[in-house]
Amino acid sequence: MSEYRVLPGPEHFLPPAAASMGIQLPNPGEAHINGVIAPEEKAYEEAARQFLMAKVPTIFPGPLVLWAWNEKAAKKATAIRHLYNTLKECVQPGQHAMLIPMPDYRPKYPKINPEVEINPNHPNLTIWHNKIDCCMFVGVHCHQANLSLKIIRGGTSCYTIAMCAQAGHEDAMLSFRDASVEKIMKLADTIKRLKGTVQPRLESAKNGASS
Amino acid sequence: MSKERIKISEDLYDIMPSDYQDLVKSATYGKEDRGWKDIGSSKELIEQHSLCAGCPESMAFRYILASLPNPEDTVMVGSTGCTSLVFPMVAVHNIHSLFGNQNAIASGLKRALSVRFPGRVKDVVVLAGDGATVDIGLDMTLQAWFRQEKFTTICFDNELYANTGGQESGLMQKGFVAKMAPVGKLFDKVRLPEIARESGCHYVVNCTVSKPSLVEKVIRNAVHVAREIGPTYLQLYTPCILEIGKNSMEGLQEMRDSEKPTERFAYKEYVSEPAKQLLAELAAKDKERKAAAKQLAGQASA
Repeated sequence: MSEYRVLPGPEHFLPPAAASMGIQLPNPGEAHINGVIAPEEKAYEEAARQFLMAKVPTIFPGPLVLWAWNEKAAKKATAIRHLYNTLKECVQPGQHAMLIPMPDYRPKYPKINPEVEINPNHPNLTIWHNKIDCCMFVGVHCHQANLSLKIIRGGTSCYTIAMCAQAGHEDAMLSFRDASVEKIMKLADTIKRLKGTVQPRLESAKNGASS
Repeated sequence: MSKERIKISEDLYDIMPSDYQDLVKSATYGKEDRGWKDIGSSKELIEQHSLCAGCPESMAFRYILASLPNPEDTVMVGSTGCTSLVFPMVAVHNIHSLFGNQNAIASGLKRALSVRFPGRVKDVVVLAGDGATVDIGLDMTLQAWFRQEKFTTICFDNELYANTGGQESGLMQKGFVAKMAPVGKLFDKVRLPEIARESGCHYVVNCTVSKPSLVEKVIRNAVHVAREIGPTYLQLYTPCILEIGKNSMEGLQEMRDSEKPTERFAYKEYVSEPAKQLLAELAAKDKERKAAAKQLAGQASA
């Protein structure tokens, strides 16, 4: 088993792909935490803890859920909104939950507005601008999510979670696989259950503004 | 078709940036008679761009995007140059090719689209600068025409390599001295419209973009002819005001001066016989449709 661990950065300007360091994807029913395969139940707890600890916990929904391609996408969007509302209710004063969309993957040069959107080609701008220290990608196509997760790990200290509908992401610090409405709702329930049991790192927060 | 395909999930609508909301609400995807007159009253398919203030290329982009007959089913292929700074802000599918490779990419793309979507009209439009079309990519440009590939090639002719500081290009006029071509061009501007005609293009136009209605007409014709018959080519003068020493307000006048009857961008059009027939049929159908709509409107108001 690889000794490499997928940890919050900043790691390098160009961090290695976690897969190239021996990190493996979880099997169905499993997840990975920092590159170590773990039971999915444990991942719900850890993801909820990270969200509740963060100063600016943020959800980044991507095109697969922002656009109502089909009924399933619309239902996932509803679940994501529920997750965000739960997160907002459960954080303490001083914490600021955010929901920032990634509407598409155009490299939108010369600039994007980091207050209202995130772009996979320079996600660090949105992380830095909003001082995001924990984020979750959901509904982002795998190749774009991998690109973003690597850039974030390379240039920021933000903790990354992937709620992946396929096989998961090695480059996230915590990754679910086979994301569904039920899994998103379960994460919301876990956050609700752990409300008040986790101390937010408000004082010591090394936020996403690291460079 | 059209807007049915682009709906924002209701529960996340409020967090979408306003430009996306506007695209869904008021862009002209699927509108039958879309054209340059929609500019100002509907959401354009170009957001902000990073071209210089007053750049005629930005005008050309706006007119072309407003005039594409089928933007939701169009894929544009671009290449290196000033145009590649704009494509990220364009709400039409687009591919950035290697410098000069655009017509080869478009050939494969058009064929793949017709296999993948056999029952649907999919247009492919190449939009590249004169360096990509005439110098670096001339091989790919000509070979696509020889093979009668069914897509439109648009060349934004600014008569030099503007993006890199003003080097000589094949479409530069003879004698012109550019910032990085101090000796002056020693030979004539390549006559690509004539070459296009001889290479098998069925609709060829050489003009400026000073008149939006003209741009609309030639874009629609070129796309329709390419869809049904074979390759089409448009050479549009989009002067680089910086490289020819003009101010941002002088681009339009520069184009007007260059389209006078004796000038190099006097309107020239070549239409093959099959293309003439097709355009006449389309015009007749259009007339019929408009008459029917008028009649219907008359009945409704009576």
